[in-house]
Amino acid sequence: MSKYSLHEIIYGHHDLRVHVPISSCTLATGAQEVYRAIEDYIKRTGVSAEIHRVGCMGLCFLDPWIMIAGKNLPPAIYANVKPLDVEKILDRYLSEDLSGAYALRFRIDDKDYGIPLLDDKPEWKYQVRFVSRNCGIIDPESIDEYIRTGGYEGLRKALKMKPEEVIEVVRKSGLRGRGGAGFPTWLKWKITYEQKSDEKYVICNGDEGDPGAFMNRLLAESDPHRVVEGLIIAAYAVGATKGYIFVRAEKPLMADRLEKAVVEARKKGFLGEKILGTSFNFDIEVYRSAGAFVCGEETALIAAIEGRARPRQRPPYPAVSGLWGKPTLVNNVETLAHVATIFQVGVEEFTKYGTEKSKGTKMFCVTGAVKRTGVYEVPVGTTIKKLVYELAGGPIEGRKVKAVQVGGPSGGCIPFNLFDLELDYETLQAYGAIMGSGGLVVIDDSGCMVNVAKYFTDFTLAESCGKCLPCRVGMKIMNDILGRIVNGEGDVSDIEVLRDLGVSIIKTSLCGLGGSAPNPVLSTLRYFDNEYREHIENRKCPAKVCPKLVTYVIINEKCRGCGVCARQCPANAITGAAGKPHYIDSSKCVRCGACLISCPFGAIEKT
Amino acid sequence: MSRVEISKIEYAIETDVLRLVETIISKHGCNRSKLIPILQDIQNELKYLPRKVLEVVSSKLGVPISDIISVASFYHQFRLEPVGEYVFQVCFGTACYLRGASNVYEALKLATSKVSITVEKARCFGCCSLAPVVMVISTRTGEKYIHGRLNTNDARKIALKYSATIRK
Repeated sequence: MSKYSLHEIIYGHHDLRVHVPISSCTLATGAQEVYRAIEDYIKRTGVSAEIHRVGCMGLCFLDPWIMIAGKNLPPAIYANVKPLDVEKILDRYLSEDLSGAYALRFRIDDKDYGIPLLDDKPEWKYQVRFVSRNCGIIDPESIDEYIRTGGYEGLRKALKMKPEEVIEVVRKSGLRGRGGAGFPTWLKWKITYEQKSDEKYVICNGDEGDPGAFMNRLLAESDPHRVVEGLIIAAYAVGATKGYIFVRAEKPLMADRLEKAVVEARKKGFLGEKILGTSFNFDIEVYRSAGAFVCGEETALIAAIEGRARPRQRPPYPAVSGLWGKPTLVNNVETLAHVATIFQVGVEEFTKYGTEKSKGTKMFCVTGAVKRTGVYEVPVGTTIKKLVYELAGGPIEGRKVKAVQVGGPSGGCIPFNLFDLELDYETLQAYGAIMGSGGLVVIDDSGCMVNVAKYFTDFTLAESCGKCLPCRVGMKIMNDILGRIVNGEGDVSDIEVLRDLGVSIIKTSLCGLGGSAPNPVLSTLRYFDNEYREHIENRKCPAKVCPKLVTYVIINEKCRGCGVCARQCPANAITGAAGKPHYIDSSKCVRCGACLISCPFGAIEKT
Repeated sequence: MSRVEISKIEYAIETDVLRLVETIISKHGCNRSKLIPILQDIQNELKYLPRKVLEVVSSKLGVPISDIISVASFYHQFRLEPVGEYVFQVCFGTACYLRGASNVYEALKLATSKVSITVEKARCFGCCSLAPVVMVISTRTGEKYIHGRLNTNDARKIALKYSATIRK
């Protein structure tokens, strides 16, 4: 089979090829309806065209986007497409009017149509699309397309080497675990390889549980074969015969796509007996977890496959004694996709990027209070500022960025004045956060840091498996204290208690969940001490978020008595005669803010 | 648990439910390690995990009921209470939370109090860039719909839209 060029994939063999992303995030914004509208258009107009289902390219703020590629015209991306716009967009495009397009994928001649190139846009030009190279370009359900972009070449190369040589390639790449802790991947492989055992296992950790992180979902939904290929290479290197891909229940499409990829790979002989004519036998099972945050921890994940979700003491590490007591290698989705890519394109392509201690690229999800939410793949060591301001476009109009939460419930908040920090494992740890899976949630001045800390303890408290006391009881106490503070019932001594307790929980917990759960509290205490003091000493929430410390009032001078707010109010807390200023009954008010949003005269304020 | 007690329980649930549970268990194999897939399949069929059914699973697998409940109550996916025609899962991930998921949740709760719709808080769906997000699951067909970029007004509209499709 010949290799594809980007040009070929984009134009296909018809006069017109329309690319529609079908993944969880685009489906949520109506991509399926857009798909149907395009089908209708093609049927109705009889134009020689085909629709190409693709994955998501990570620029989620464009969702749902489509890309149109027609004969003698450059491929154009359209953003936030609605089914009703489809006809107009396609009619115009076919008459060579590209106005309204968001960007051109590339140019085919000098004509620029007044539309910028995607490569010139900051959200694209600062990215290094190494592991996400196929995302949004190929059909994730077609193994042929993956193969024609160089897929499974990495496996072919690896199978020609001895396992030790495969591990040596990974060592040279300097690849570190992309799931959070940053453990050198080759070392994990080597330890597993060195174990003498009749049976070994490899597990792909796709239990992406950090709220705010969805790079694994995006990668596995958009380019699932890359993950499968990486897992096969890992299995060959460590000598495993059976592999699992562990996916959580909240991400059904990710599991479906991976399952399909495994079936297709088996049909093509990349899985099963005597893979590619060698003596290597290996197969994969996709395991659907029922959803528990602690399963991201490798010993809990292994226990979940065995039927009970609880972490255990390490050592022994899973590499020595894991699933069913056998040596088991656990690697994250993105790590394995990196492995496949490194073997496909060569170590040098990977080591070109990154820092001295951490090579390569990392996918970061930037969400929250920014203009361009999405997944961006950048070299490790890129500054927070560059990611948040240049790629993600900075804060929403009229707002100021206050902090960024990195690493989810195990991570911490980095304040705005430290945004020149580089995103790598060591730097973030030194400042009280962790790289984690790479989720960055940007918090602007409308967010309350104490409330965020409380939110994370709610989360970890609910997710604590309860096996060890520091996490089970300690997090409960922290949560209770924070609950008092956000309700305006805090005490000055609470701050010291939170600090001491946090440090003890980290030191004494059994697994990584408890060992990092106090981070969001400790880091906000470290950088936003003033907000805690406002809540405790003045009983005020400076950002006006904590419900108990906020009241909604109607400004009499501005209220025209239209009654819109009263109709919107879900609690019937607003009364007033038509044409007369209305009144909010604070005791009935549920602080939903519906009145504030709905008031046409800006007469409602939070105090 | 003695044998007599087991048969009592088996009589207490409907025969077709019992048969269903048996089929599912024999499909996965009578093995402790298959507990989660077994519970997932049962929930897919029954929409939730009734206590009596869990007792049957306990006796068939030879696993204490306390263990079964410990698993069923720990994972988010499992429900121990019956649900309505639709389940609205409001994402409480960080991005959704910061962008007003609690308000959306409250609005949905209020707007669906009189219809057969269950509103629950859920863990991150990984659609953070569209925060706040709600996943609507039809318990009759199993179909899932995700709605993103919501405010309280949109939430009420969604509640109305789905309420209108429920058979009276």
